[in-house]
Amino acid sequence: MKNNKLKKLCADGYLGLVLAFLYLPILLIIIFSFSGTSNFSFKDGFTLDSYKALFSSDVQTQNLLEALKNTFIIAIIASVVSTILGAFSTIGIYCLGVKTKKFVLTVNQLPMINSEIVMAVSFMVFFAAFSWLFPQGMVRLIIIHVAFCTPYVVLSILPRLQKMDPNMYEAALDLGANPFKAMFQVMFPYLMPGIVSGFSMAFTLSLDDFILTQFNKGDTGIETLSTYIYEDARVKSLEPFWFAVFSIFFVVIVTLLLVTNIKRNVKKEGKA
Amino acid sequence: MKLKNKFRFTRKALAYPYMLFLLIFVVIPLVIILINAFLAEDNSFTLNNFVEFFSDNGGGLTVLGNSLLIGVVTTVICLAIGYPVAYFLAKYHASNKVLVLFFIMPMWVNFLMRTLSTKAIFLALDVELGMGTVLFGMVYNYLPYMILPLHTTLVSIDHSFIEASEDLGADKFTVMTKTIIPLSLPGIMSGITMTFIPAISTFAISEVLSSSKIFLFGDAINMHFSKTTNSFGVGSVMSLVMLVLVIVCNAITNMASKDEGVKSAL
Repeated sequence: MKNNKLKKLCADGYLGLVLAFLYLPILLIIIFSFSGTSNFSFKDGFTLDSYKALFSSDVQTQNLLEALKNTFIIAIIASVVSTILGAFSTIGIYCLGVKTKKFVLTVNQLPMINSEIVMAVSFMVFFAAFSWLFPQGMVRLIIIHVAFCTPYVVLSILPRLQKMDPNMYEAALDLGANPFKAMFQVMFPYLMPGIVSGFSMAFTLSLDDFILTQFNKGDTGIETLSTYIYEDARVKSLEPFWFAVFSIFFVVIVTLLLVTNIKRNVKKEGKA
Repeated sequence: MKLKNKFRFTRKALAYPYMLFLLIFVVIPLVIILINAFLAEDNSFTLNNFVEFFSDNGGGLTVLGNSLLIGVVTTVICLAIGYPVAYFLAKYHASNKVLVLFFIMPMWVNFLMRTLSTKAIFLALDVELGMGTVLFGMVYNYLPYMILPLHTTLVSIDHSFIEASEDLGADKFTVMTKTIIPLSLPGIMSGITMTFIPAISTFAISEVLSSSKIFLFGDAINMHFSKTTNSFGVGSVMSLVMLVLVIVCNAITNMASKDEGVKSAL
């Protein structure tokens, strides 16, 4: 018994070490965002200078906000489009013949398994060849993000569709619904969990993307959050400005994830 | 019956726009890469791109070798650190979803932010940027991608398998090597692909954490497609090599999980 407790203690110690490894850099950035320096020392004591830089360095803040705006515009449009495209296509794919279905699903998997950089350059040469059809800019980036995200939407809806009792759809038809109504009032509500998780996956994938945008933004000057960080912070050493920005993002993301997950867990337990 | 067939047909048609979309935006771009690999700068047919990549002076193979090495080392370290994490989480904290979340959460934090943060810390500590820091950055970035699939399979292992092997006289070590690890093979394989492929093809991590001293496959592809170099041909050859690696990796993963499917069915 004692032996088991000791083992659990060792296991917990190990887990703690790995957690420290994962979070130490993040914590250090947050702590030293209050030092106003970029060399990890508190030589000026506790100050909010880094955060004040957010409001005083006009150009950087402007660019950052612009990049943030672009990131969200692309992510919202791309995830909505790929969710709609994905939802209808999944139903279609499900009804295809066995061989065609297998073939389509294999092609559908390509953007997921392929390394992002190969995807990115393939889009780059494609759009270079058809630049008269797709001008540089937002539309191109959105198409690319849709092409990258939709496969994930399809694969998150398909398992749910496979579990669905086909009689449900038939019953709706027998009860006088037309196919259109049967799809919107019977199928889609049933598929909703898959659609929602597909949407959130598409949204985060698009939000986080760096390589696809980096290769395909062209010389339009469109920057997303990732590409702007890359352009600005890679060359110079990390300025106090970025300490503040990173800290804000770390805290916001961690809070969002914790809140949504704890909420979900509470809901589940409530049901059980 | 006739009516039903008609409905089937219309629903099937819902897939056609997407099939067209996949053809245009997934298949054709890859075909263009394939064509590009055989084109010289004046758009005539050539095999020079391949010659340049596979010959010694181009340095393509050296870069590929370095990337594969870093990819393998990263993957092995991630597996060595990640497997015990996933195992302990499944054994002692199976019901603690929030704790599991903490190990996965870094995935949602922009990787450039994390990489630049580690670089700033290394610079402040006067650590010389090079192979060591790149490996650190790689493991730091890809560890959650290893832990997630491992955890998913380890949690779902039916505990009665473990009890059965214990009852049949297996000691702790045998239970681990003959029951738990084989049963978690699909997770191990998908964890390996999820770390290995990005690790060999990423370009920003090595660039940032070695101050461009270490040049990996992703950096090379990036360079060949940049406006200043503009050697799309060789870049396309490299992309094809990358694509082949991806397909091989996935074939192996699929084989492993299918194999496992057969075994568990028996």
